[in-house]
Amino acid sequence: MENQNIKNTQKQFIEYANNSMDKISANDTPRVKQLRQDALKRFIDNGFPTKKMEKWRNSRMIECVNEDFNIDRIENKKHDFCCVIRELDTEAISLTNGKFAEEEQLKVLENGIVIGSTRKAMQEYPELFEKYFGTCNINDNNGFYDINTALWQDGFFIYAPKNTVGEKPIQIIKIIDEENNPFIQTRNLIIVESNAQLQIIDCDDSIKEQSSFVNSYTEIFIGENAQLENYKLQNLNDNSSLLNTNTAKQLANSRLQTHTISFNGGKIRNNIHVDIDGEGAECNIYGLYLVDKTQHVDNQLKVNHNVPNCNSNEKFKGILDNEATAVFNGHVHVAPNAQKTIAYQNNSNIILTDKAKINTLPFLEIYADDVKCSHGSSIGQLDQEAMFYMQQRGISKENARMLLMYAFAAEISNNIGIDALRERIDDMIKRRLKGELSSCENCVFQCNTPKEYDFKIDLSKI
Amino acid sequence: MDSNPNENIIEKVTNKEYEFGFVTDIETDFAPKGLNEDIIRLISAKKEEPEWLLEFRLKAYRHWLTIKQPTWAHLNIPPIDYQDIIYYAAPKKRKELQSLDEVDPELLDTFNKLGISLDEQKRLSGVAVDAVMDSTSVKTTFQDTLSKHGIIFMSFSEAVKQYPDLVKKYLGTVVPYTDNFFAALNSAVFSDGSFCYIPKGVRCPLELSTYFRINAANTGQFERTLIVAEEGAYVSYMEGCTAPQRDENQLHAAIVEIIAETDAEVKYSTVQNWYPGDKDGKGGIYNFVTKRGICRGDRSKISWTQVETGSAITWKYPSCILKGDDTTAEFYSVAVTNNYQQADTGTKMIHLGKNSRSTIISKGISAGYSQNSYRGLVRIAPNASNCRNFSQCDSLLLGDKCGAHTWPYIQCNNDTAILEHEATTSKISEDQLFYCNQRGIDTEKAIGLIVNGYAKDVLNKLPMEFAVEAQKLLSITLEGSVG
Amino acid sequence: MLFEIKNLHVSVGGKEILKGFNLSVNEGEIHAIMGPNGTGKSTLAAAITGRDGYEITEGEIWFKGKNIMEMSPADRANEGIFLSFQYPVEIPGVSIQNFMRTAINAKREYQGLPNMPMPEFIKMMKEKQAMVEITAKLQNRYVNVGFSGGEKKKNEIFQMAMLEPQLAILDETDSGLDIDALRIVANGVNQLHRDDNAFIVITHYQRLLDYIVPDFVHVMYDGRIVKSGDKSLALELEEKGYEWIKDTIL
Repeated sequence: MENQNIKNTQKQFIEYANNSMDKISANDTPRVKQLRQDALKRFIDNGFPTKKMEKWRNSRMIECVNEDFNIDRIENKKHDFCCVIRELDTEAISLTNGKFAEEEQLKVLENGIVIGSTRKAMQEYPELFEKYFGTCNINDNNGFYDINTALWQDGFFIYAPKNTVGEKPIQIIKIIDEENNPFIQTRNLIIVESNAQLQIIDCDDSIKEQSSFVNSYTEIFIGENAQLENYKLQNLNDNSSLLNTNTAKQLANSRLQTHTISFNGGKIRNNIHVDIDGEGAECNIYGLYLVDKTQHVDNQLKVNHNVPNCNSNEKFKGILDNEATAVFNGHVHVAPNAQKTIAYQNNSNIILTDKAKINTLPFLEIYADDVKCSHGSSIGQLDQEAMFYMQQRGISKENARMLLMYAFAAEISNNIGIDALRERIDDMIKRRLKGELSSCENCVFQCNTPKEYDFKIDLSKI
Repeated sequence: MDSNPNENIIEKVTNKEYEFGFVTDIETDFAPKGLNEDIIRLISAKKEEPEWLLEFRLKAYRHWLTIKQPTWAHLNIPPIDYQDIIYYAAPKKRKELQSLDEVDPELLDTFNKLGISLDEQKRLSGVAVDAVMDSTSVKTTFQDTLSKHGIIFMSFSEAVKQYPDLVKKYLGTVVPYTDNFFAALNSAVFSDGSFCYIPKGVRCPLELSTYFRINAANTGQFERTLIVAEEGAYVSYMEGCTAPQRDENQLHAAIVEIIAETDAEVKYSTVQNWYPGDKDGKGGIYNFVTKRGICRGDRSKISWTQVETGSAITWKYPSCILKGDDTTAEFYSVAVTNNYQQADTGTKMIHLGKNSRSTIISKGISAGYSQNSYRGLVRIAPNASNCRNFSQCDSLLLGDKCGAHTWPYIQCNNDTAILEHEATTSKISEDQLFYCNQRGIDTEKAIGLIVNGYAKDVLNKLPMEFAVEAQKLLSITLEGSVG
Repeated sequence: MLFEIKNLHVSVGGKEILKGFNLSVNEGEIHAIMGPNGTGKSTLAAAITGRDGYEITEGEIWFKGKNIMEMSPADRANEGIFLSFQYPVEIPGVSIQNFMRTAINAKREYQGLPNMPMPEFIKMMKEKQAMVEITAKLQNRYVNVGFSGGEKKKNEIFQMAMLEPQLAILDETDSGLDIDALRIVANGVNQLHRDDNAFIVITHYQRLLDYIVPDFVHVMYDGRIVKSGDKSLALELEEKGYEWIKDTIL
């Protein structure tokens, strides 16, 4: 039954592709055009992934693929918004339903950093597209990737040329504002050339309760000695599905730090793939998920140590309430000769009910001997010793719980390099734990009609 | 100063010969090559089996035909032609054996060479042995002592004849023939193995031991072990194995089932030393084994300890189903791979009962060009409250051409569980080697010492007699290798 | 002469640390080598014992009339050179008893002797343990695992007693020791001191030399000995500090 459904959806996509490919690829560079055709061929052969595939066995994303997707009738809107994060001064751009407004031009900042639409960038910087686009390795080549590559129409483009340093963090606000079950694709490209430094805040928000499916794919290139901090904040409604794939390539002595913070959203899957291709590089991949109700968060990480002398650090933490489910699959691959690799991987979870579920698969695959690789995973409750210690100091049980839970989550937020953002996230963690986080506080529209989200991590269950 | 003295040592290690590679020249009774229903009927007939067992085999065979060999393990398994294997081979018997004197002297000699004396007088007291050569049990020792306690310990075929009801009651209840490809194959063609039954309240006074030996060429070995510990019973069981050195690969697909009733305890120890192939990866045993125990009654306990040094390819996950409340399961493993050996081994701990506890300690050691994976599942069922699991999976790499991998699967469906998993990968530190060197211990000896120390937590769990053998085996397999 | 170092130059990672070090040690002597941090004291110990990564670019090391520079670390140890490590490494799972038995039998094999009979070995263990006041059951403890700083150093002296070296180098053996442990360690050394063996005591402070009285004191600076004298030099050094040495040589 389910299979038939997916097959039908697949057919719809193929039909749509056959009808619209000429229009979609009208302004493509030769490379992009070729990639579209190859990807479509693969999609026709393989379709969407199935639960039988190892990487999708525990994922609930496939359940979200349905026949009623609105693929082609998605409105192109322009929204005014303001970000409510106090004292956070960013260079902001926004996409509604996966697209920039038609008339919006690429912004070239004073220091030469370019931000804006992928579609526009492909026309203005074709040489960059020929060089970078579609060249990242993908952990798990699958139908979602193929359909994105075949049919993408827009997304965000960030280009930091050699030696440029971003003065302000760049904020990308992606809003879903479409009624009838849109299937939204964004194709994004981040290029940080050698010695450049950049901070990016990437926000996924929805302003309506309607269901949606976002299939986003971001390629990230980090040149020699370059640094990138990438913060992904995921706050979508309960009926949304977000499939977010980030693949990064790091050159020598570069540094990548990513935070994937999932508070709200129906079903989320993050595929994060990092290829470390230059010596002396470092990557820190952090994640935090605080989920309840029937939320599902699936984090799939792959770090490939392809060269010697690099460090990687993966740390994901989660709290699960109600019937929420989560998957963590970390995978560190150390290639032969990638000696002196230091890789650490950790996934810790707290489960609050016997309906919540966690699947954790911390994999190590190691082909070099002079390495320090370790992983740990834990599933459990709050430290009873600590609970008692605090109560003995006169702290109420509730407050003690709150403090410990906050401390559990703050281990991730502490690493956020933008002060205002860290404070904001800390605040959101606290409210999320108290059940006070409302949709309006996430929302970038200041419409003054507060509507409380019914999200509450129930700490009394611990 | 010699900048890299270790290279010679690796050379030495990889050249180490397999000790048990001899072939015994004994008359063997073979079934024709290949697998079909007639072969299964032939095996069943040879063993004079009851109808229900033949039916069991045929059902398993028909199921096997519908499934494919699993590919998910981190193993590179060359295609196996299942029609090119002899599914039944047994040393020809002249008549029923009444005493040791009647055993073929060649056979006795074989087991003596392996250090397994079937002569009770010469045996260390306290161990009863069932010796299995190719497909058939050769001799089970200490029958008298055991029967005094009501313990049944005999070859599987013999048990089918003498205790058909018991066998029928338990066979396939822990590992159903539908479990996996190799389990289905085994269920269809298994030829012999050991059956062990400890009655209520009996503490088995001897260590029980089965010794498996593959001798005949082109044959598969498909033995089946079934251990039942009734309420309050205790038994410690040991399994050893070797095979001759041959250029072609041989298939070994065994099943072990353990049932522990209320308050029962079963300790199962294995030292697996099947022929691993030569230093170029030629030949060796494919060891595709399904081992599982069920802690069926409350407070029961099952403990697996394995030292895996042999086989060209190992695919093996001794598992426990913790069905009763307050049950305990343990898995202690040392897996050593050298040359072109491949191992994908670990365990499954399925927690169904409340307050059930499991411990996993796995020590992988890879050398040469080998690939060594730990793969383990810990699952906590929704109603299994207050469960605990602790897993420690360490890998030691000796040399930069080998691989060490860890594939844990942790599935938690209950909020009161506490699960911890830790894993580290390392090599022997230069500091440790130098410290030993400075005390006059050369590098080769130092590595043996350090590796044995590294595996100590597991070796300590082995019965005394096995521990000594295992320690020697570790040092021999790896004598002096380091990267 | 038991031990002699001639014009030793040693580089680590391409950087020259020892720059023409000379030392002669006769049987029965105790030499103290003092000097500020980073002056090459531990490099000296590593070079004598043959540690990897310490490249001898010039000079010679002679022990009992043999040039030991081409010998493996284990052979040097079996010839009778013992190093009490500044930071003894932990070896999990290897009991001290097993470790010592392996070491002693390695030495006996080197000397062409059969393995030491177990009862004799056990007896020896007991005696030597008593000497350094180790009460723990060493057969149950792994090499240096879970040892306090003092226990580790006592364990080093215990091993020295077991292996009966002709030349023992004590590398900062006093660091991290409280006064009781210091006394025990020093007592052990003094009991082991005979007419036919020798000690090189590397230390930063004079304190240890109150207990182990040296025949000679050498002050090291920048990779070589800059001043030698009797035990009074140590006291003078303690009083005036290392700055005084710098001033006198510059």
